[in-house]
Amino acid sequence: MHAFLQSVSAIAMPVLCAVVIVLVLPLLAGYIVLVERKVMAHMQARLGPMRVGPHGLLQPIADALKLVLKEDVIPMNADRMIFWFAPVISVTVALVAYSALPIGPAFQIADLNVGLLFIVAVSSLGIYGIVLGGWSSNSHYSLLGAMRSAAQLVSYEVAGGLALVSVLLLAGSLSMKEIVQAQLDQGVWFVFYVPFGFFIYLVASIAETNRAPFDLPEADSEIVAGYMTEYSGFRWALYFLAEYANVIIVAGVATTLFFGGWLRPLTRYRDHFPGTSVELLDVVPTLAMIALAVYCFRLAPEQPVRVQKRVMAAAGVKCLLFAAILLASLFGSDAVRQGVHGAFWFLVKVGAYIYCFMWFRFSFPRYRFDQLMRLSWQFLIPLALVNVIGVGVAIVLREKWDWNPFLSLVPTTLATLGFAAWLTAEESDFSDEAEGSAAGDAGEAAVNGGGE
Amino acid sequence: MNAGQEAAGFGTAHGIDTTVLGENEIILNMGPQHPSTHGVLRIKLRLDGERVVDSECIIGYLHRGVEKIAEHRSYPQFAPYVDRMDYVAAVSNGLGYCEAVEKLLGAEAPPRARVVRTILAELQRIASHLLWLGTHALDIGALTPIFYAMREREEILKIFEKYCGARLTTHAFRIGGLQYETYDTFERDVKRFCEDFAQKIDQYETLLTENRIWIGRTKGVGVLSADDAIALGVTGPVLRASGVEWDVRKALPYAAYDRYQFEVPTRESGDTYDRYLVRIAEMRQARLICLQAVDGIPEGAIMARIGKVLKPPPGEVYHSIEGPKGELGYYIVSDGTIQPYRVRVRPPSFFNLQAFHRMARGAMVADVVAIIGSIDIVLGEVDR
Repeated sequence: MHAFLQSVSAIAMPVLCAVVIVLVLPLLAGYIVLVERKVMAHMQARLGPMRVGPHGLLQPIADALKLVLKEDVIPMNADRMIFWFAPVISVTVALVAYSALPIGPAFQIADLNVGLLFIVAVSSLGIYGIVLGGWSSNSHYSLLGAMRSAAQLVSYEVAGGLALVSVLLLAGSLSMKEIVQAQLDQGVWFVFYVPFGFFIYLVASIAETNRAPFDLPEADSEIVAGYMTEYSGFRWALYFLAEYANVIIVAGVATTLFFGGWLRPLTRYRDHFPGTSVELLDVVPTLAMIALAVYCFRLAPEQPVRVQKRVMAAAGVKCLLFAAILLASLFGSDAVRQGVHGAFWFLVKVGAYIYCFMWFRFSFPRYRFDQLMRLSWQFLIPLALVNVIGVGVAIVLREKWDWNPFLSLVPTTLATLGFAAWLTAEESDFSDEAEGSAAGDAGEAAVNGGGE
Repeated sequence: MNAGQEAAGFGTAHGIDTTVLGENEIILNMGPQHPSTHGVLRIKLRLDGERVVDSECIIGYLHRGVEKIAEHRSYPQFAPYVDRMDYVAAVSNGLGYCEAVEKLLGAEAPPRARVVRTILAELQRIASHLLWLGTHALDIGALTPIFYAMREREEILKIFEKYCGARLTTHAFRIGGLQYETYDTFERDVKRFCEDFAQKIDQYETLLTENRIWIGRTKGVGVLSADDAIALGVTGPVLRASGVEWDVRKALPYAAYDRYQFEVPTRESGDTYDRYLVRIAEMRQARLICLQAVDGIPEGAIMARIGKVLKPPPGEVYHSIEGPKGELGYYIVSDGTIQPYRVRVRPPSFFNLQAFHRMARGAMVADVVAIIGSIDIVLGEVDR
């Protein structure tokens, strides 16, 4: 009987997780869009969405409704089957990648021993959706967008993958859970060990998710909307969902690999409240949620309409609810506490990473195609290679001669930094030579190489 | 045909051949409905992958026959129409037209009117350049500068609104001077704007001028040599970025420009980055002119004695001013009636746009929008 229950729960838990992810993700994506619009607005000296709900809190729902109700246009000369199927590929693949992502120690669909490889492999399949969608639309803008996207994703997959290797060497495992465990055991987030690995992954992940300043595949001022030009309504929403799902995935991967996944900052600080088993720092999430709730309650009376006042107050109540859950879990079993608080910290870190994405988007102009290729092939990939070799050397130093782990990685970081400086100097020499022509030979080669 | 003209592509058939395409070539129609063609410009691009093999600008989607309308309106009646040509720099259009008719009449606006005209025209130059800066940066993918630029432009439009009640198509001037006296706090408003504006320009520059991506996207892109620029009749910031120091305000002073100290910024290489720097520097100069002018607006009449019915003697006149986009000229022929016999406008955008073909050769698709942005065209003026 016991064995039977165990096998049921072994199936039920992952299914539950999967259902929750599929249900919550669209909502989450919608709210990330809202946050993005609000952050953008405040950086640009304006308010952003203010009409639908207090401070635009219901805007994502209104947008989703609009998209679902919109007429579904298929261009006359489009390849209907592929046009229909392409967004489905994109979104399916993005969702499948979530199955190996641990959102806290308890919330993971499957702890694969090749988890990281699985995520990278599956999410890179999303390019099929983009290329097929761009091709089947039978529009030149779509085609250009799709081609750009294909070249870009392939190039940055290499750089990003090499950046991940440096962490794999340190962790010694591909399982996402064990990578976090390694960071707990070694007592440090890997971003402090391999800052350049993180930097390369950051750049590559922005490019892989087609976000500015690498948003060439959908550069609205150049090729209208790239591969999505001919899409509208629900199909367009699927692409949109896939894009934001991918953003969350790369943020999740970066969090897991470089920022200790679900681990709390200052994990080693374990002072308890006197007389209880509650750690001092574990109260921080609860306090943060309560502060957020208070903020909402203070804003509520200032809203112009009664409905908006209520929605704002409801948002405050929701924050209180989260606070209560976080607090209650402190007194539950270890598994419950770690599950709830792990998920909290994981999401906070993912949010911070996504915030950086937004910040870059509003600060930087867009790269040109040849510059994008040059950045990847002539800068990031060599840099990532040097970084990986350096980490290998550091590990040998650590294991053979018992160096301090931090000390062993200092030469690696310095070597990578020096190499980066050298590459940058070369780059500016190169642009001095190439001045006058729109793009140099190397850029041209990269463009041709990317097109093949 | 001289060598310069030949180099600039005169005498060759300009339409691109779409019948024979190479293996990797496609024809891409950019516009007339496209986010980055700044209105209804249509560009036919022949692309080899991402590279532009050939290009052709197709204009006329916004043609309203402004010049023909002039022949059926009296001189003052036509003045509001010129606001609708370069609709983001209506004050400058009006200034050029009013001065041209004044020249035809042999009249001259009183000093007070001329100084106020100068101030408003320079504010309009700043407003026009701000709009250019925002949209140009947006084309290159920088999402933020446009909102900062719009914020400052709003202050200028508020001054216009307080002065004459209109923000965009202002019809601020009349033939012979001004219709309205300046409002009470005019000097203070202008001064406050100009004083705050210096650090606002620094803000824009922080976002763009030394940004690696911005430099990468603009330096060496859309190069126009000085010879080509002159051969193609290019004027304004585009010409000055190619190293030719030609500014109508200095060369043939009009309004009250001979009273004020200012520099004409020029650059050497004639690429998109230089055009950007020239316009930024021009905004600083325009600000200085405003500050000088607003301190000593002469007292006196604002309207010359020119009579109620304007009947210029038969004859013709060409008068040009330095608009925000370049030399804006009016050629007016009078047959002695109250209506002009012919009005011909020399719009800077139209001539500057001719240089596009030259600049875009060998560029990439992304450069095309950067180049269009750097020419700073307004289709209302190109098509008239």
